[in-house]
Amino acid sequence: MIHVTDLVKTFHRGSINEVLALSGINLRVKKGDFITVIGSNGAGKSTLLNCLSGSYPIDSGHILINEQEVSRWPEYQRASLISRVFQDPLLGTCGPLSIEQNLALANRRGKPHGLRRGVQRSDRELFRKQLAQLNLELENRLKDSVGLLSGGQRQALTLLMATLVKPKILLLDEHTAALDPKTAQQVLELTQKLIEDQDLTTLMVTHNMRQALQLGNRLIMFHGGRIILDVSGSEKAAMSVEDLLEQFYKVRGEEFVSDRMLLV
Amino acid sequence: MGALEQGFAYGFLVLGVYLTFRVLDFPDLTVDGSLPLGAAVSAVAITAGYDPFLSLLFALLAGFLAGVVTGVLNTKFGILHLLASILTMIALYSVNLRIMGRPNITLLGKSTILEPLTNAGIGMFNAAPLLFGLLSSLALLFLLWLLHTAFGLAMQATGVNPQMITSQGVNTDRVIILTVGLSNGLAAVSGALLCQSQGAADVNMGVGTIVAGLASVIVGETLFGCRSIGRALLAALLGSVLYRLTIALALSLKLGSFSLTPSDLNLLTALLVVAALTLPKLRGKVFSR
Ligand SMILES: Nc1ncnc2c1ncn2[C@@H]1O[C@H](COP(=O)(O)OP(=O)(O)OP(=O)(O)O)[C@@H](O)[C@H]1O
Ligand SMILES: [Mg+2]
Repeated sequence: MIHVTDLVKTFHRGSINEVLALSGINLRVKKGDFITVIGSNGAGKSTLLNCLSGSYPIDSGHILINEQEVSRWPEYQRASLISRVFQDPLLGTCGPLSIEQNLALANRRGKPHGLRRGVQRSDRELFRKQLAQLNLELENRLKDSVGLLSGGQRQALTLLMATLVKPKILLLDEHTAALDPKTAQQVLELTQKLIEDQDLTTLMVTHNMRQALQLGNRLIMFHGGRIILDVSGSEKAAMSVEDLLEQFYKVRGEEFVSDRMLLV
Repeated sequence: MGALEQGFAYGFLVLGVYLTFRVLDFPDLTVDGSLPLGAAVSAVAITAGYDPFLSLLFALLAGFLAGVVTGVLNTKFGILHLLASILTMIALYSVNLRIMGRPNITLLGKSTILEPLTNAGIGMFNAAPLLFGLLSSLALLFLLWLLHTAFGLAMQATGVNPQMITSQGVNTDRVIILTVGLSNGLAAVSGALLCQSQGAADVNMGVGTIVAGLASVIVGETLFGCRSIGRALLAALLGSVLYRLTIALALSLKLGSFSLTPSDLNLLTALLVVAALTLPKLRGKVFSR
């Protein structure tokens, strides 16, 4: 499904602020994989997602989706394969447009946005049905502008928009981090439901280790622009938060040691 | 020239300015060049014997191309939108002179789009406001339709949240190029209408166009609101008429021996825009104390 090889990404290349954000990532994602992604701040998680979606150009390496090299595709073109939900609830929807207009845009993801009417009468039935599964009573507010909704409602709507046309890949970057705990839990349950219903191939970044262990069939841990842990299936199921922390400190510890050796 | 006639003629421009400034969030100064471009193209076409209505279409196309240049400079060459539009505007000054061959062309004795009406016995004084009002209303309806198409929704989203609309598979570069093109096409139609009703095209007739357009948009918004797209479009068109009425009123005022001349208009309009942009902020400060 996704095949990433030797992916390198630096920011501010050639200047004193140069940051090596991804230092040669290799990753194979199978169809239907639900991967949780963890790692410390600045480890490169968001950068990987942004490179996959085409928001950032890559320095070198390959990104194949369904055996197709997409690393030179512009972001809007990759949208026909990839859906995203961002951390910021404001980023996934268009505030001044109505709920139905936002859904109509999402309903044409990857297709031309031509001169036919934006919201077709026949769409509304579908939109109502889809909105009803959010249990937020939004199905009766099709004409309300999205700017009137709360952060949680907007994020739920963004999730729905991301899956309205089934994507090959769903990218979630800490999409519940900006919500209060109760809303975050609701949005997370909705995420799980949508992923299961459509059997979506998913990469989900989270800072919550327990969540990362509970959800999905595979877990990868980033550190310093590299993948330092990749577990799946029963191995992942058997892991505890303590195991994860232990793994994490082991790698960091080795780094400290090697740093010290260099200094001495 | 009557204020009503001017208001409707400039209505095309104001609708275009609404598209770029408000919908796309793209401050576009190209119109200072594309309005006289429209006048030049229309005047030359009419002089060459083309149908006056057809000359409007030529003007529209020419203006569209001018806008496309600005859009391409911005999106493909990465030049800041303001600077990109200034570059096109400056270049258009030379282009317009080339098209006309001299600084101005008069249309004395030539037929204009007003002829069918005056031939039908409608006085010149009524014909222009009537026809221009009708044409600008048609432009308004066209934009109302366009903004509710899938492309129109993408256009609105491009101005508000480019990341979101890109993630939905829309090439925002293309949307920007087409929208700035359309906006300048409308500005050029304004130029063509003005040239036909004044009976002359002048290479300097575009000076201050963008500020007047912006002032009209702001006047309309303030008085008529912009809660829905339809409301906002109507406000822009009415704003254009009101702005021209205000100008006419200001010019007719006399304080003793002092009175305003048309050459003072740019200063007045600039002050009006500054006031409209800062008053809401000032009011906020005063009330928060
Ligand atoms: N647009 C950018 N410009 C410059 N540097 C960047 C940019 N985006 C990320 N970086 C740098 O790249 C590195 C990786 O950042 P990234 O955002 O991928 O981390 P992350 O794993 O998502 O962290 P967090 O958990 O804090 O979100 C960091 O050092 C960061 O400062
Ligand atoms: Mg991040």
